[in-house]
Order: sequence, then C-alpha cells, then structure tokens
Amino acid sequence: MWSYVSGVLSLGLIYMIATVGLAVFTGFTGLFSLGHAAFFAIGAYTAAILTYFYGYNFYLALVLGGCAGAIVGIIIGYPTLKAKLRTDYFAIATLGFGEAIRVLLENLPITQGARGLPGIRGETTLPVLVVAAALVIWTAWNLIHSRHGRACIAIREDFVAAEMMGVNIFIGRLRSLVFSAFCTALAGGLFAHYYCFIQPSMFTATMSTQMTAMVVAGGMGSISGPAITAMIFIGIPEALRVGGIWRLVAYGLMLVLIMIFRPQGLMGYRELSVDMVKGWYRRIWKGGRA
Amino acid sequence: MSREMETTPVLELRGVTKRFGGITACKDITFNVARGQIMGLIGPNGAGKTTAFNLITGVYGLSEGTIALEGQAIAGKRPDLIVRQGIARTFQNIRLFRNLSVLDNVIIALDCHETYLLGASFLRLPVVMRREKAVREQAMAFLAAVGLEGKSAVRADAMPYGLQRKLEIARALALKPRLLLLDEPAAGMNPEESLDLARLIRKIHEDFKLTTLLIEHHMDVVMALCERIFVMNFGEKLAEGSAEEIQKDPDVLKAYLGEGFKRAQHTQS
Repeated sequence: MWSYVSGVLSLGLIYMIATVGLAVFTGFTGLFSLGHAAFFAIGAYTAAILTYFYGYNFYLALVLGGCAGAIVGIIIGYPTLKAKLRTDYFAIATLGFGEAIRVLLENLPITQGARGLPGIRGETTLPVLVVAAALVIWTAWNLIHSRHGRACIAIREDFVAAEMMGVNIFIGRLRSLVFSAFCTALAGGLFAHYYCFIQPSMFTATMSTQMTAMVVAGGMGSISGPAITAMIFIGIPEALRVGGIWRLVAYGLMLVLIMIFRPQGLMGYRELSVDMVKGWYRRIWKGGRA
Repeated sequence: MSREMETTPVLELRGVTKRFGGITACKDITFNVARGQIMGLIGPNGAGKTTAFNLITGVYGLSEGTIALEGQAIAGKRPDLIVRQGIARTFQNIRLFRNLSVLDNVIIALDCHETYLLGASFLRLPVVMRREKAVREQAMAFLAAVGLEGKSAVRADAMPYGLQRKLEIARALALKPRLLLLDEPAAGMNPEESLDLARLIRKIHEDFKLTTLLIEHHMDVVMALCERIFVMNFGEKLAEGSAEEIQKDPDVLKAYLGEGFKRAQHTQS
C-alpha cells in the first residue's frame, strides 16, 4: 500500500516542480504555453541519455537536463518573444514547437525513436523529489519577490505601462520562459529516473495542456495554488482508479467545478498562509455551530 | 550645475513629424520645455497631443525630426531606455497594475533604479533583502507625497478614480524623472476635484523641482498651472505663448476655446 501511495506522491511532486515553473511563466508573466511537455521531454531525454549511455552522475545529469531545457527555451523564446507574440498567437507557436520536438525525438538515433529508452537507472526517490520541489518553490518565491519577478508581474498586468516603468518586456518574458523551461526540464529528468523508461509518445500536447490547466485551476499569480492543484490533479484520478474509465469523467468534472465556483482558481493572486488556514478553520467552525 | 546645463532646454522637439499612412498626426512640431517649467499642450480632440507624447516616449517612431532630452537625442530609442534616461508619463486612460497593491505599483517604478543581479534574486541574498526594505520605505515616501500613504495595502483598482490618478502620478514620480509628462490628469473629474489635482501638481512641481509637460482640457487647470502653452490643431502648431497670450489669441479662440471663452472670462472678472 505504501509503495502505491508513495508512487502517487512522487508523480504529484514531479508535476508540482513542472507546474511551479510554469506558474511563473503563465501565472506571473501572463503568457500561455501549450508546448511545455517539450521541455519536460528534453529534460527527460537529456538526463536519461547522460546517465544511460555516458554513465553520468544522476544529480549532474538532472542539472544538465534542466540546462538543456533552458537553452531550448532561449532558442524558441528569442524569435517568438522578439516578434512580440502574445496570447493565442504565442500559445499556437508553442503548440507547434511541442509537436516538432516530439517528432524529432521519434526520429533521432540517440533517442532510439519510438522504441524509447528502457532500463534507465531508477535513482529518483521520494526524498530527492521533496528536496527538489522545495528548492524550486523557494527559488520561484524568491524570484517573484525581487525586482526581476516584479518586472514579469508588471508585464502581465499591463505591458504598455510596464514599458513606461523602464521594464524591458522582451527580456522579462524571455527570463520567465527560461526559468519555467528549466524547472519543467528538471521535472522531466526526475520523471525519467523514476519510471526508468521513456518514449516520445509520453510527452504529447495533452501533457502540456494538463500542466497549463493545473496553473489556471491553481490560480494566476500564485505559487502555492498551482503546487496544490498539481497534487490534487495527480492524486484524485489515482484515488479513483477503481472507477475505471469513469475517473476521466471525474477529472473533467473537477475542472468544470473549479471554473464554475472559483473562476479565479484555487488561490488567484494569493498564497497559502497560516492566516488563511486559520480563517477557513474559523469559518467552518462557526458555520458548523450557527 | 553648469551654466550650460541651466540654459539647455530639458526637452527639445525640432520639426517632429509623424505620418500614419496618408494621415499626418503631427506635422513639423517644434518647441522647447525649459528647466523647471510647467508647459501646457492643448488643442481639440484628435489634434495630435497624445501622439506627441507617444513620440517623445518612443512608443511610436518618428517620421521626421529630432527629439532631445537635455541635449541628448532620444528619438528611435526603445521606450524603456527613454524612461531610464529620465522621462516619466501618466496615461490618458489610467494604466495601473490593477491586481497589485498600491504600494507594489510604486515599488515596480522604483525597481528601475535597482541594480542587484538575477542570481542574487534567486538566492535572496542579503543585498536583495536590504534593497527590498529600502525600496519599501522610499515607496511609502512617494505615496505620502500624493497623500496615499494610508492606502498602501489596498488593491489599485479598488480605489476611487481620483485616487487612481494620484497613484499614477506617484508611480511616475518614483521613476525619479527629469521630465514628467501628464496626459489629461484631470480627465473625468468635476471642477472641485480638478482644482484639487491642480494644487497637487503645483505642490509636487515645487517639492521635486520637476519640469512638466501637461496635456489637459480643463482650462482652469491649464491656466492655473502653465507658464507657457503650446496649442495644436490638426497635428500642427496653432499658437505658442503665455497663458494670457493664448487666451487672447484669435486663432485659438476660434479653433478651440470658442468665442464664448473670452466673454466668460470677461464676465467672471
């Protein structure tokens, strides 16, 4: 039983790392991506190839996988963001990018095409994931509470006004994309060394949409919201696995209910805090007695 | 400050022209704003006043002409670099960071003077914590300058319209500019509110010794504040002079103020 629970927790934490990275990009900088599965795949393949074929140290491979994601982030971000693509235009560009990367992985010799890479060393353990998630959340929180992160928030709120505050819009957006690409690729590396097997068909546009859905359902402008939603979105379908195919309905229903009852997301523009938990406790307690 | 610095105009426009396709929004505009002056830019709707602001701040590129800030050419530069050189503006339709607190709105402006590096931000090094504290204190001082110190934690868009205007001015001041551009700061205000705003602009002009260029339709505000006025019509210069000269100028009365303005002024006095 514990191994099952820890499995769900692990997958939840892997998604949490990716989602927190994406939250900085979507929730704080205001750009939507439908291609972040590509960064996840790049991180997974880079780290896996380094440990599998070249016998690299696991942690070094993880960081290099993250860096590979960041570099590809610059390559895709430079032309799209320089051309000032936003909203749906940017999302469509990333959608194309995500598919292109997947096709590339299916055809490169080193990735062994659609057969995938079996037998990757299973070095991702729960403690490793907890530490990695804590580090990512900590750096993301630090970032958005600094001048660099506030520049991103200003761009989300009103990019014309942001420019009039001396913010370089292109650099702000690119920086945030690269950070999210690094986090997502890091999550990919952890994923590869958790499942010990990867193949291109794992990293589809569905995965990208799922990550973006987690951020939106968790709330724009929040880190704790998307982090919690990542856990819930992974945990609930697993808990409902007994329901067979119906769990997918439950998943959809969950999204619909969040959008109806909390259109701003779980934690829109707020963070989970001790005061907030106290407030809930008081409301439930008093509501119960009244 | 050298003598030369004192005589160089803070802002200098020479033959500034902007064409959008076949429409000439600004045609051969030439004027100077002297140091410490409040200059007014008036004219009917569609005269090209806001276009002139957008040209000065680099939002649009020039078709012809030159713009200089304290003798340095700024035309063709990116807007954020022009801001960093010392031009701050407010917007005709308020553009605050609506979901953020009043304090954060001002902090974002102050951030443009901060220099700590990205790595320091990620690791939240002591230098960042020190600067964050200093920036918060400075931001409170700028809020106090416009009388918003009691509202620092309020969400920007939860404030009444008049206070949002003041916050926009505080945010522009926090950029510590050499030239302040105000685009219709009294738009949508009643006469009482607009006079209150005029007093505020006068006060910050004195406190910060700030050269200001002001677009405004409320003539009481313009006449109360501006030492010099530049009048535009159909993208061209109509007149330039002191407030008294402009009020008597027959072209301005005909095109903008209206013949009735003279009579109204006359009966009031």
